[in-house]
Amino acid sequence: MGSDDGFIEIIDVTKAFGPADRRVYALGGVAATIRRGEFFTLLGPSGCGKTTLLRLIAGFELPTSGEIRLDGQEIGHLPPFRRPVNTVFQNYALFPHMTVAQNIGFGLEMLGKPKADIAATVERMLALVKMTDLAGRRTDQLSGGQQQRVALARALAPQPKVLLLDEPLSALDLKLRKEMQVELKRIQLETGITFIFVTHDQEEALTMSDRIAVMSGGKILQIGTPREIYAHPTNRFVADFIGETNFIRARVQGGKAIVGGEVEVPLPAAPAQGEVTLAIRPEHLRLVAKGTAGALTATVGDAVYFGTDSHVHLTLGDGTGIVVRQQTDPDGREGPAPGSVLGVSFPPAAVQVLED
Amino acid sequence: MASRTFTASRLPGFATVAIVVFIALYMPIAMLMIYSFNAGDSIAIWDGFSFQWYERAWENEKVKEVTIRSLVIAGSAATISTVAATMAALATTRKKPFRGQTGIYVAINQPLMVPEIVTAVALLIFFAAIKVATGYQGLGYLILAHSAFCIPFAYLPIRARLEGMDLTLETAAADLYATPWWTFRRVTLPLLAPGIVAGMMLAFVTSLDDVVITLFVKSAGQDTLPTYLLAQIRRQVTGEVNAISTVLLALTVILLTTFFLLTRKRS
Repeated sequence: MGSDDGFIEIIDVTKAFGPADRRVYALGGVAATIRRGEFFTLLGPSGCGKTTLLRLIAGFELPTSGEIRLDGQEIGHLPPFRRPVNTVFQNYALFPHMTVAQNIGFGLEMLGKPKADIAATVERMLALVKMTDLAGRRTDQLSGGQQQRVALARALAPQPKVLLLDEPLSALDLKLRKEMQVELKRIQLETGITFIFVTHDQEEALTMSDRIAVMSGGKILQIGTPREIYAHPTNRFVADFIGETNFIRARVQGGKAIVGGEVEVPLPAAPAQGEVTLAIRPEHLRLVAKGTAGALTATVGDAVYFGTDSHVHLTLGDGTGIVVRQQTDPDGREGPAPGSVLGVSFPPAAVQVLED
Repeated sequence: MASRTFTASRLPGFATVAIVVFIALYMPIAMLMIYSFNAGDSIAIWDGFSFQWYERAWENEKVKEVTIRSLVIAGSAATISTVAATMAALATTRKKPFRGQTGIYVAINQPLMVPEIVTAVALLIFFAAIKVATGYQGLGYLILAHSAFCIPFAYLPIRARLEGMDLTLETAAADLYATPWWTFRRVTLPLLAPGIVAGMMLAFVTSLDDVVITLFVKSAGQDTLPTYLLAQIRRQVTGEVNAISTVLLALTVILLTTFFLLTRKRS
């Protein structure tokens, strides 16, 4: 990456709405650095500020404080039509009085490109999104998936430095969404354009992104690759939002966490004393015989069968509920009987210590 | 099925009332149209079919003169009021709500609420002062007066159209390098066009059949079609009046049908 580090720099950006005496902060001090050519995802529940951040980068809103730099240039104060950034809108926002080709050519036309260039680019974009046959159609005669492709082509045609995508797949049905995920990734690799993608769907974020910023309450909680975010969440919210997680309280003593007064877990970087929360993914827990060394004692509750695997719910001695994910036994054996007492073991590496 | 909702059409005598109302509404108009084709001089005794009243009206220089004046006034007033209404509609829907917006909304629609006779008297006095001061006697007063009371008729359909428009379309245009002016030219205006045409037609029709304000504001020799018809009827009622009214009616129906088709929501 080297010199490409910091293609887009978001520096302590805040955004407040409302009058001075009743200010509501949609973004409270956000900082992030996005690399050139990266597929960067803003992930979080609705109201977390991810769309506001996207709109600030696009120029639809101006930051209350802070800076947004693109390729070294401060763009935070520029109107949207002066930023080399294009957006794919959640509802597509195709111009209903124009054909597919006119929609795609609109940006280039506004940039004052010669007609021949526009026609050639529109051709290329139609081919890129596989819509060549429908160039002359009106946009209200297209299906949702086709409109999505036109919106993508329209935003890519002016060759922006950054493409912003605001939950573009949320209106599509599941099958189409999966197809478009693959398509989007292909187009991003083909064009080499930096994508900033907004979604509330953690699976979508994990499968498509180079890096993810998890947001909540107007702040970025953690930035990392999908693997880092999933395997090493630093924060209880992140651990809970991405995938399923067991949270277990533990007492720290001499660099080790003691769970339920029975099991010691070595911690790489832990506070010397006090209480911490440990996060362990359900697939990292294993059911073993009661009394196995290093295993927690737990009582089996019910089990939920999913086909490829099942979730076994158990209760620890202190009443904490945990879930163990078990692959379905090839011999078709039943899971553990409810009410029985078992041991639950885990490799020490699977344990994450969270900041609360 | 026992329905709990109140359905007017189930009340006793509903059909009778409906028929009486429709007869009261349309019978006189039907009579007017039928007798415009009467061969005889009477407007009450049928003497056979003819186009004689249409021919006479067509050949009447006075009728031509007042018709042209009416069209000039209606055309000018519709244009002026539509431009003003479009700007007002943009200002009241595209800007952030501002203090006093409701007041402005009421002010724009004032001609719909204030009795026409009040406006007419006020304009008479106001214009009389200007006439004395400037000496100008032309059609400008009528055009100005008509423009003023036509504004709400043009404003309402334009505003409705603007409110129904997806705002992200304008955001998308700005995102695609369109300056505010080009966004207006290429996105807002084309999408607004049906509303503007509809508003203009409504304003045109409203101006075309105005009597009260015209009577008060016009100078001598500035009769419009409706005031001319009124004057004619005072003297002697002939089929010519029927013929002119029928043509006016046909014109209005055509314009209002177009208005309806333009403002109807596309499925």
